[in-house]
Amino acid sequence: MRRISYNDAIREAIKQSMEEDESVFVYGEGVDFAKGVFGIPLDLAKEFGDERVFDIPMSENALTGVGIGAAINGMRPIMVHQRIDFTLLALDQICNHAAKACYMWGGNLSVPLVIRAIVGRGWGQGANHSQSFHSIFTHFPGLKVVLPSNAYDAKGLLIQSIRDENPVIFVEHKFLFGQEDEVPEEIYAIPLGKGRKVRKGKDVTIVAFSQMVLEAKKAAEELSNQGIDVEIIDPRTSYPLDEKIIADSVKKTGKLIIADIDWLFCGITAEISARITENYFSYLKAPIKRIGLPHATHPCSYALEDVFYPTHENIIKAVKEVVRD
Amino acid sequence: MNKSNFGIPDGKLIEMYETMLKIRLVEEKCIELHPEQLMKSPHHYYIGQEAVAVGVCVALEKEDHVFSSHRSHGHYIAKGGGLDKFMAEMYCKIDGCSKGKGGSMHLIDTKVGHMGSSGIVSGSIPIAVGSALAFKMQNKKNVAVTFFGDGAADEGILYESINFAALKKLPVIFVCENNFFASFSKVSARWALDNIPGRAEAFGVPAKRVNGMDVIEVYTATQEAVKRARNGQGPSFIEAITYRFKAHCSVGDDVDPKLRTKEELEHWMKKCPIKNFEKILVDKKILITQNINQIKHKLQKQIERAVEFGRNSPLPDRDELLKDVFK
Repeated sequence: MRRISYNDAIREAIKQSMEEDESVFVYGEGVDFAKGVFGIPLDLAKEFGDERVFDIPMSENALTGVGIGAAINGMRPIMVHQRIDFTLLALDQICNHAAKACYMWGGNLSVPLVIRAIVGRGWGQGANHSQSFHSIFTHFPGLKVVLPSNAYDAKGLLIQSIRDENPVIFVEHKFLFGQEDEVPEEIYAIPLGKGRKVRKGKDVTIVAFSQMVLEAKKAAEELSNQGIDVEIIDPRTSYPLDEKIIADSVKKTGKLIIADIDWLFCGITAEISARITENYFSYLKAPIKRIGLPHATHPCSYALEDVFYPTHENIIKAVKEVVRD
Repeated sequence: MNKSNFGIPDGKLIEMYETMLKIRLVEEKCIELHPEQLMKSPHHYYIGQEAVAVGVCVALEKEDHVFSSHRSHGHYIAKGGGLDKFMAEMYCKIDGCSKGKGGSMHLIDTKVGHMGSSGIVSGSIPIAVGSALAFKMQNKKNVAVTFFGDGAADEGILYESINFAALKKLPVIFVCENNFFASFSKVSARWALDNIPGRAEAFGVPAKRVNGMDVIEVYTATQEAVKRARNGQGPSFIEAITYRFKAHCSVGDDVDPKLRTKEELEHWMKKCPIKNFEKILVDKKILITQNINQIKHKLQKQIERAVEFGRNSPLPDRDELLKDVFK
């Protein structure tokens, strides 16, 4: 099958969604820039007109509200943030309005709005250009949060997010952009809330989100050389969370490691750990281990970045600890 | 058409009077019933400001969209929102316009184009702009209106929204109801310069300050703004100077040495938009006392029926709690 990269898959998902449904439009700071936002050129304006692909003022909060208003009035907007960090400027519209619109107005309307948020990370980008805090959005009832880890998922999940009647935060990791995968040319959708078994194994379950799926795969290869057979689960969405796919794996392995790109404290790793402990305690043969960011701000210096961001080595270490136990 | 009657058909003038009176009587009924403690949700009464909601909404079509704030009873009723559903919402019942999940601050009646009120100051402003964007993209001639108070004029998102609406020439009307108080903060504690229209003009948006106690003045300004919007000429901004006769929230008058004196309140109450308009209509013989009594009687019956409907509606079932989180 044809292989394309993660960013090309995202572009294709937008293009095909715009062809499928004329209410879909896309907007964001620099979104129609020729070179594209991180290599995702939305030169789609040529095809669909600049009414459906347009640049915006640096007004994240208002433009999120604009997306909500368009969404409740029959459109399917896709808003793009070059860094997820900038979504914090729009928390009122995302959390007080998009998330609550359906509920607080008694189900009278819905907000089919997609907010694409790119995780910048690395190369000294520091405190305000490197973050990845999908757990914040996962916390709010009314939002769906999607974290594709490969090109195939990126396309299918984005198409489904656009079709969904609810607001979706779509988190794209820059480190995945060049990753190629087999991606069908036709339009297809992957349901939100269904995880994927990335690797079958019997000794330890690793639940990994976004870029940590790559790290988990690397760890699995090394561990397999040492006779340890890990199972990797990619939940694909932090809300809705596919608790069943995680639980089924834990029932088999009895050991769970959760790896995320977000902070550990109050993050999705803590939530999964709590749920598995509450509901499947008797299956656990070792304490759950979590891998994620320490309680510090994203640093600039590469000396500190090396310590701050976990890699496959942290996963290997955690696996060995639980296997030894 | 008779110029002495503002160039407006008598039927329209009577509709304005009746709708203002309806808002007033509905809220007075809420105030009367509130001590029963059955309407368990904070109310922000609109009494005193009726000419703004009515002057604007009478200039709109049913398909035009209105978005409003926490002080939203007037906008909901003026746009034609259902009274039974309104009262049921006040009683937190399942037949309420928001199934009892929203309350007084989250009213909605999409069938008549009231697209929701937000409890966050300035919250619905960009949403109205987005609705206007959709109208434009769909080649519809409709207009979106956002009602907000002088408090929202302190929020940055207002200016982000005006700028974008001006940039894209969107069919949206910004209606700032300046009642001098953002909850308990006076304009004088918040602004160096008392010139809200000037702020909108800085973005190239035509802006006007009108007497918000005069329904005709509000209506005329809105008509002009609606015309611009429907002609594709973009947004307009209206600042309506008005006054709330009741407390910021719930029953009371907020007379307080730091906030407002009894004299100030009484001064503004003399400008009551309904009483003064009623006098004009009577003087012009558009209404006679008998008509007024008939209108009052009709409205009171409607309100009583709505109260009964609200009282008798069931409370939401427990399993409603987790419904409507997602569509």
